[in-house]
Amino acid sequence: MREVILDLQDIKKSFGKNEILKGLNLKVHEGEFLTFLGASGCGKTTTLRIIAGLEMPDSGQVILNGVDVTKKEPNERDVNTVFQNYALFPHMSVEDNIAYGLKLKKVAKNEIKKRVKEVLSLVQLEGYEKRRTTELSGGQKQRVAIARAVVNNPKILLLDEPLGALDAKLRHQMQLELKKLQKSLGITFLYITHDQEEAINMSDRIVVMKEGQFEQIGTPDEIYNEPKTSYVAAFVGDSNILTGTVKECAEDKVVMEFAGGTVMAQAKGKSYKEGEQVVFSIRRENIKLEDHKDMPIKAVVKEKSFAGGMLRIVFLVSDNIEIVASRQGINYNLVPGEETEISFASEHVVILNQEM
Amino acid sequence: MTMKKRKNKSIYLMLVPIYAFTIIFVLFPILYMILLSFLSKAEVWGVVKEVTLDNYKKITEPLYIKTFLDSIKLAAISTGFVVLLGYPFGYFMAKLSKKWKRRMMELIMVPFWTSGLMRLYGWIIVFRSNGTLDQILMGLHITKSPLKLLYSYEAVVVGMIYALMPFMVLSVYSSAEKMDWTLVEAARDLGATKFKAFITITLKQTMPGLLSGVILTFVPSMGMFFVADLLGGNKIVLVGSVIQEQLTKGRNLPFAAAMSVVLMLLTTMLISLYKRVTGSGEMEGLV
Ligand SMILES: Nc1ncnc2c1ncn2[C@@H]1O[C@H](COP(=O)(O)OP(=O)(O)OP(=O)(O)O)[C@@H](O)[C@H]1O
Ligand SMILES: [Mg+2]
Repeated sequence: MREVILDLQDIKKSFGKNEILKGLNLKVHEGEFLTFLGASGCGKTTTLRIIAGLEMPDSGQVILNGVDVTKKEPNERDVNTVFQNYALFPHMSVEDNIAYGLKLKKVAKNEIKKRVKEVLSLVQLEGYEKRRTTELSGGQKQRVAIARAVVNNPKILLLDEPLGALDAKLRHQMQLELKKLQKSLGITFLYITHDQEEAINMSDRIVVMKEGQFEQIGTPDEIYNEPKTSYVAAFVGDSNILTGTVKECAEDKVVMEFAGGTVMAQAKGKSYKEGEQVVFSIRRENIKLEDHKDMPIKAVVKEKSFAGGMLRIVFLVSDNIEIVASRQGINYNLVPGEETEISFASEHVVILNQEM
Repeated sequence: MTMKKRKNKSIYLMLVPIYAFTIIFVLFPILYMILLSFLSKAEVWGVVKEVTLDNYKKITEPLYIKTFLDSIKLAAISTGFVVLLGYPFGYFMAKLSKKWKRRMMELIMVPFWTSGLMRLYGWIIVFRSNGTLDQILMGLHITKSPLKLLYSYEAVVVGMIYALMPFMVLSVYSSAEKMDWTLVEAARDLGATKFKAFITITLKQTMPGLLSGVILTFVPSMGMFFVADLLGGNKIVLVGSVIQEQLTKGRNLPFAAAMSVVLMLLTTMLISLYKRVTGSGEMEGLV
C-alpha cells in the first residue's frame, strides 16, 4: 500500500449556527486522484479550504505527510490550490503569476525562468510568458492557474471545480489532459466536481458527499455499481430506487416481493428477515425489456421520450409505481398505453443501506 | 444598425445640457481667468487691456515662490498623514460586515451635514488657549500650562487632516471594496506571509484608490486657505490665501488669475501623473 499523505480526523466546522462539516474522516494515499462529488452547498469547497489552511476547523485534525498541520498557516503547508474562479493576479503577467510561489521561496532567477518555461509547455502554453492574464481565454486562464500551482511541486494539489466554467468540448479535452498531467507528475490530486461523469472518468476513488458528511468512499466502479445508499444511487447515474418486501433469504440470494411479482438480488453476505422492507436500486439501462430470464413484472408504457442520445421509457407497474428505463437509439416499438413486461436481472439489483 | 444610430442620437441629445453647463460654468470661467492673467491691473479696480507677462514674472519673486513651496510642503505633510490614517481606515472598513459598513459610512457622512467652516470653528474651541484640549490635558495632569496650540502649524495640519480624511477613506474603501479577496488567499496558498501578500497583492490592487485619494487630498489642500487662516492665524500664508488677498484687499485681479493658472497647471500635472501610473483615466471614488 502506498503511503498515506493526508489524513483527515473527525473534521467539524460550523458557520454561525449551521454545522457545515459533521465529522469527516478520510485517508488519502500518495499519488491518488481523489474526487469529491456532491450537490451544491454540501461542503466540498469548505473541506478543501480546511486542507489548504484557508479555513480553520472547529475540531479535528489535518495530518499532512505525517505532520499535524491543523493550526498551520496556508503558507506553511505543502499544498497548492487551483481556485474555482482561478484567482489569477490581474496586475501580473502569466510569467509573474507562475513565478510567484518560486520567488517567495527565493529560487534563483534563471532556475525560475527555466521552470516557468517547462511548466508552460506542460500545459501547452509555450510562448505566453509575457501575456497579461486578463487577455486569456477561459481555458487558457485555467491552464495558467494549474501551472501556477504545480510549478511549486506541492505534495497535494487541490482543484475546486477547475473545469466548471468551460464548455463541454473543452472540458472533455481538459479532463484527459489533467489526468495525463497527474499521472506524469505523480502528485496527489484532490478534485471537486458536480459532474458525475467527470468523477467517474478521472478518479482513482470518489467521495460522495451529502450535507457535510461522506456518504460513500470508493472506486468509481464501487460507487457506480454498488451504491451503499439511495442518495449515492440516485446521484451517480440514473437509478430507480424501489422498495420491496423480503420473501426469502437463502445462501447468497434474496427474494423480494415487488409490484405483484418477485425480484431477486444478491445478499452480499448480509442476511435479511422475512417480511423486512428493503430499498433497492436498479439502473435505467439495466432494466430488461425482452428475452426475460428472471420473473417478469407486468408493466404499462406510460411515456416515451428521446433526449441526449437516449430513449427514455417510463413504465407504470402495480401500485402506480413508476420505473424508468433507458436505451441507446430510438428504435423501440413500444407505444404509450401498451401492456408489456419488464424484468430485473439479479446481478443488477443492489440492496441499499436503510437511511436513518 | 439604424436602431443603434437613433439610440446614439438620443443619448447625444441628452448630453447637450451637460455640455452646455460645463461650457458656461467651467470652460468660460477658466478661459476668462487665463485671459485676465495676461492683462494689467487698473489703477483703482478692474483691468486695463494691456497684454503683459508681468503677472507671471511677479510669481517668480522669492516671496511668492516661497508661498508656493510652503503650500506644497503643507499639502504634502497633510496628505502624508491622511494616507497613514485613511488607508487603514478605508481598508478595514471594506472588511466589515454589510451592517457595519453602512454604519461607518453614515458616521463619515454626518460631518458633511454641517458647513465646513462651522466645523473649523469647532476646532478653534478645542485648540484655543484654555480650550477643550488644554482643559483635558491639564485635568489629567499631563500638562501644567496651556499649550497655545491654536495658530500653530500643528493646528493647521490637524485641521487639514480632519477636512480631507473622508476623501481618502472613501476612495480607499471603494477600491478595497471592489477587490477580489480570493487573490490574497491565492497568494497565501502560494507561500506568501500575511505581510508579503498585503504588499504584493492588496496594496497593488488598492493602488488606484490610494492614488486618487492622494490627489483628492493634495489638490484641495493647496487651496484651503480658510483652514490656514482660521487655525493658523496669519503665520501661515498659502497660495490660496494670496489669491484671496489679491482679489480682495490687493484688488489685483490679473495677478490673482496668474497664480490660479499656475496652481491649475500644477494640479493638471499631478492628475496626468496619476493617469500615467495607474494607466487609467478613471479615478476611484470620483465616479
Ligand atoms: N464563510 C462562510 N460563512 C458562512 N457560511 C458559509 C461560508 N462558507 C461557506 N458557507 C456555507 O457552507 C455551506 C457549504 O459551502 P461550500 O462552499 O463548502 O459548498 P460546496 O459543496 O463547495 O458547494 P458548491 O458546489 O456550490 O461550490 C454552504 O451552505 C455555504 O452557504
Ligand atoms: Mg464550492
